[in-house]
Amino acid sequence: MSKQITVPFGPQHPVLPEPIHLDLVLEDERVVDAIPSIGYVHRGLEKLVEKREYPEYIYVAERICGICSYIHSNTYAQGIEKIMNIEVPERAQYLRTIWSEYSRLHSHLLWLGLFADSMGFESVFMNAWKLREHILDDLEVTTGGRVIQGVCKVGGVRRDITPEKLDEMVKGLKGMEPALHDLVNVFLKDSSVSHRLRGVGTLQKGDAYTLGAVGPTARGSGIGIDIRETGYAAYGKINFKPVVEHDGDCYARCAVRAKELFTSIDIIEQCVKKIPEGPVEIKVTGAPDGEYFARAEQPRGEVVHYIKGNGKRNLVRHRVRTPTFTNLPPLVTLLKGCELADVPVIVLSIDPCVGCAER
Amino acid sequence: MAKDQQTTIPVSIDELVARTAQMKTEGFRLVQIGCTKIGDDFEINYVFDKDYVMTNLRITVKQDTMIPSVSSVYFGAFVYENEIHDLYGITVSGINIDFGGKFYRTTIKQPFSVTVTKEDTSCQNK
Repeated sequence: MSKQITVPFGPQHPVLPEPIHLDLVLEDERVVDAIPSIGYVHRGLEKLVEKREYPEYIYVAERICGICSYIHSNTYAQGIEKIMNIEVPERAQYLRTIWSEYSRLHSHLLWLGLFADSMGFESVFMNAWKLREHILDDLEVTTGGRVIQGVCKVGGVRRDITPEKLDEMVKGLKGMEPALHDLVNVFLKDSSVSHRLRGVGTLQKGDAYTLGAVGPTARGSGIGIDIRETGYAAYGKINFKPVVEHDGDCYARCAVRAKELFTSIDIIEQCVKKIPEGPVEIKVTGAPDGEYFARAEQPRGEVVHYIKGNGKRNLVRHRVRTPTFTNLPPLVTLLKGCELADVPVIVLSIDPCVGCAER
Repeated sequence: MAKDQQTTIPVSIDELVARTAQMKTEGFRLVQIGCTKIGDDFEINYVFDKDYVMTNLRITVKQDTMIPSVSSVYFGAFVYENEIHDLYGITVSGINIDFGGKFYRTTIKQPFSVTVTKEDTSCQNK
């Protein structure tokens, strides 16, 4: 056996947009063990339910993450509404679905740019972020915010979108689709990318399932888990199929996210065709008394908001299990046996969101 | 949300690991383990999913109760068990990757083991 050495990876590293630390135990260039450490950006946001009343706490829930912010507020609102038996107007459900898919689009394009940049593929980075601007512009026009939207509330949504604007949004997305196809093709069909990612960081289907992998990390290993299939918001009225790849390697996880861009556009188009007229919110009175595990599909996978109330304005507990948190054990498994030089792409292939994970 | 069913089953600490192993045998995946402080007690929820049906095994313990780790059954449980130890101060025995209280680097130790009442307005915006 070769002599083992431990190489620290992070919390500050060129490919890491957020701090996470890995102790990589090496034999020569091969990783034989990886021990993750977090806790650099733990804010204890869940504890604020004791000081913020449940309707205003949604602003805190949205700030758990700067990328999937909208979906956090949406999931929190769903949990409260389920406990209080609130029927949210149908138009609001469709609007929630549209904004959720816009969040997925901007998150996947952000990831694509960062991932390409980590490999030195600068033109993909620039083009991905150029297209992402279009998504952020639409989010800003319709919600008032690019990063934190603040548009979701318990009982519905704060803003409506006019039919003209909805049509304009679909036209804009259809207009950018050719450029999106070019971008994805350039990335996925590039021989250097393929050589760098195929067969690297392979997660077998069985391991992915028992280790708790979610989102593109699970779907890249052939597991078709997608919480949108449970039919929350308006997803139950939309036809779509989760994107699933079967190779389980870095390339498969990338391919899932790339193809999901087009699924999101299709879902938005269907929503705009089917969205009914009507109110976008109802008045909510009282306070939640009960508990519920609210789930939604974030860009990185299943998020769980556990909400427990006792009939008072302050919740007893709000506990958030984010997709990156549950994708840490699969990451540890992925890294065992890989080459040291492959660690950055393997880490980025699960699209880690550390701020989200630590809350 | 017709497909999203949820069931909570109270279990004792003694049967926790065996029940967890049974869930794995039946093809459930571990969704999360989370803790909630209820008065002087702590509710710990072990949540599993299969085909979008959630089953929640719940134990209720005191802070000084030592609970067995289920990481021998589900490897990924170590992240949740270390979190419960660091935020609530509950000892979990036999974790496969035990960070020894250094998973979360909080200035205040076991910050979630104390309930802050609404009357404490020191951090509220005026």
